[in-house]
Amino acid sequence: MPNFQPNPEIIRSQKQDLFEGPDFYQIDDLLTEEHVLIRNTVRDWVKKEVSPIIEDCCQRNIFPNHIIKGMADVGAFGPQLSVEYGCGGLDYISYGLIMQEIERGDSGMRSTASVQGSLVMYPIHKFGSEAQKHKYLPKLAKGELMGCFGLTEPDHGSNPGGMVTNFKDAGDHVILNGAKMWISNSPFADIAVVWAKDEKGVVHGLIVERGMEGFTTPETHNKWSLRASATGELVFDNVKVPKENILPNVTGLKGPLTCLNSARYGISWGAIGAAMDCYDSARRYAKERHQFGRPIGGFQLQQKKLAEMLTEITKAQLVCWRLGNLMDQGKATPAQISLAKRNNVDMALHIAREARQIHGGMGITGEYPIMRHMMNLESVITYEGTHDIHLLILGMEITGENAFM
Amino acid sequence: MKILVCISNVPDTTTKVSFTDNNTKFNTAGVQYIINPYDELALTRALELTEKNGGEVTVINVGLVDTEANIRKALAIGANDAIRINANPEDGYFVAEQIAAAVKSEGYDVIFTGRESIDYNSGIVGGLLAEILNLPLINVVSKLEIEGGIVTADRDIDGGKETVKVATPCVISAQKELTEPRIPNMRGIMAARTKPLKVVEPSGSNALSNISAFEMPKPKGDCKYIDAANAGHLIDLLHNEAKVI
Ligand SMILES: Cc1cc2nc3c(=O)[nH]c(=O)nc-3n(C[C@H](O)[C@H](O)[C@H](O)COP(=O)(O)OP(=O)(O)OC[C@H]3O[C@@H](n4cnc5c(N)ncnc54)[C@H](O)[C@@H]3O)c2cc1C
Repeated sequence: MPNFQPNPEIIRSQKQDLFEGPDFYQIDDLLTEEHVLIRNTVRDWVKKEVSPIIEDCCQRNIFPNHIIKGMADVGAFGPQLSVEYGCGGLDYISYGLIMQEIERGDSGMRSTASVQGSLVMYPIHKFGSEAQKHKYLPKLAKGELMGCFGLTEPDHGSNPGGMVTNFKDAGDHVILNGAKMWISNSPFADIAVVWAKDEKGVVHGLIVERGMEGFTTPETHNKWSLRASATGELVFDNVKVPKENILPNVTGLKGPLTCLNSARYGISWGAIGAAMDCYDSARRYAKERHQFGRPIGGFQLQQKKLAEMLTEITKAQLVCWRLGNLMDQGKATPAQISLAKRNNVDMALHIAREARQIHGGMGITGEYPIMRHMMNLESVITYEGTHDIHLLILGMEITGENAFM
Repeated sequence: MKILVCISNVPDTTTKVSFTDNNTKFNTAGVQYIINPYDELALTRALELTEKNGGEVTVINVGLVDTEANIRKALAIGANDAIRINANPEDGYFVAEQIAAAVKSEGYDVIFTGRESIDYNSGIVGGLLAEILNLPLINVVSKLEIEGGIVTADRDIDGGKETVKVATPCVISAQKELTEPRIPNMRGIMAARTKPLKVVEPSGSNALSNISAFEMPKPKGDCKYIDAANAGHLIDLLHNEAKVI
């Protein structure tokens, strides 16, 4: 169970978070009263708990484990999964809004929530046995257990089907060998949902618990991105995993790919959050900062940047709102999710770069959130399917031709 | 212990205020509404007290159906149930009359209001309510404890604080320092879906006042710098131009 005590090393900033979310097309009118309440609740929580500490955490590469409990309380862990197992029972729009607001605070914090909700809880919920669901889900929802998701390997990133991590039957248990890399939450996770091949080369999901002999989680250091999120490896050296820890209801790459769909959907909303924070900071800065005797927001070049940012954010909001409805109706396709993830992360990164310029030299400092978002988004555009891979998914959807190999 | 918290629906503190109809109406276009911050503190303190001593918290609001979003938020924060009196809150007297009529026979031990609502800032609903219900009022309370039916409250007075004790039932108006506001959690939001929200029609009384016009404060003038060696000029400006001395 993670340590919920405040880390005395973390310095709380006294600066007030003045964020106001843009809603140029009155998209709030498309939401229910409860959606707005959820969104505002998470926004208030981020202002109170994330904004004051996140800059220090990123600068000094500290994961703020004390906010896990608060994250669980606002519903960040598996809000879209069923109440029966202690989860939120909310719809996909609510889930998206929660991800948006957390990533408005920081992509690293959203990564922690995405992994827990979509990559650990979701596969247990969808592919697990009743016993597995009851054992893990209620605790994962409360943040009393934290999880990670092991798919990527040192030599297999965009091509997970080539994975070499494998297990062999040994009676009532299996013997797991291999290594996973770039795994969010791995350094502190209590459990790992690991994808590995059986003796016939078929992919299965296994729940590996911290403490199992031969299982280690070395941390990855010196990241310039997602510095407040802990990333590491998963190393399996003849780990004995009981057979009851194998997810019974899925085989093949469909397993991990289904989880990725759910997480990618959340990321498309999350990216809007990061973009909104950059835009809002730039908007305020452009009004306050004077050069040549007037606010820089009065110059056409800066107005062009702001106008284009708002345009892109508004488009992204509409894409997500529609995609959320398709998710709720069970109609969203992987290619539709790829379009949203690819478009929105790219637009957020672009906005971060433009906002950085509006802030001039101040934009490179930790006084403003811009550079942090920009560096974070370099991971977001790579993980959960790179920008290129989503393009190939769309390309295949359009033409029917596989351009992966 | 039964506690009633009166909550009003006010424009968000970041609202850009403007008027329509020849400056006689507040322009509500694009305005987001929040629970009056003083009322939210009162609600939070009420919940802290009932969590400690047992009891129930009811919130009441005089407002039309669009205030229900904030009533649900109050339920999500933790109130047990809610009453909405289905009328536009014309003035402080009307609001106090409506609330008094709805709750007079309900036997609340403590009735909270905010010290004022941050929209019209009249600050009179608590006082009027106490008068109509014939209850004692402790106004502008920054600290509050209840034990054995006795309320001990600190209230702000000019240049200091005063500690007052009174037996329940009573009316309390909340000041900023009363407690820290509480952010609802997901479980609270889900529970709020099914908590009772009773809508009652207003009773007879009418407002005693109406707004004839609004005026914006004058924009701040430019700052004038006067050399420290030139104090006479400063006094002259303060006297003849600013007319403050
Ligand atoms: C901070 C962080 C956290 C992460 N967290 C997790 C996690 O929790 N769990 C997990 O399993 N993984 C995680 N990942 C891994 C992530 O999903 C991979 O980094 C990603 O899938 C890309 O794999 P790769 O880094 O091996 O790059 P590669 O696959 O080697 O790609 C390198 C480049 O080649 C391009 N490329 C690859 N194939 C093609 C092709 N067919 N056609 C054209 N271009 C191609 C890619 O687009 C990319 O530009 C994380 C990564 C980061 C950075």
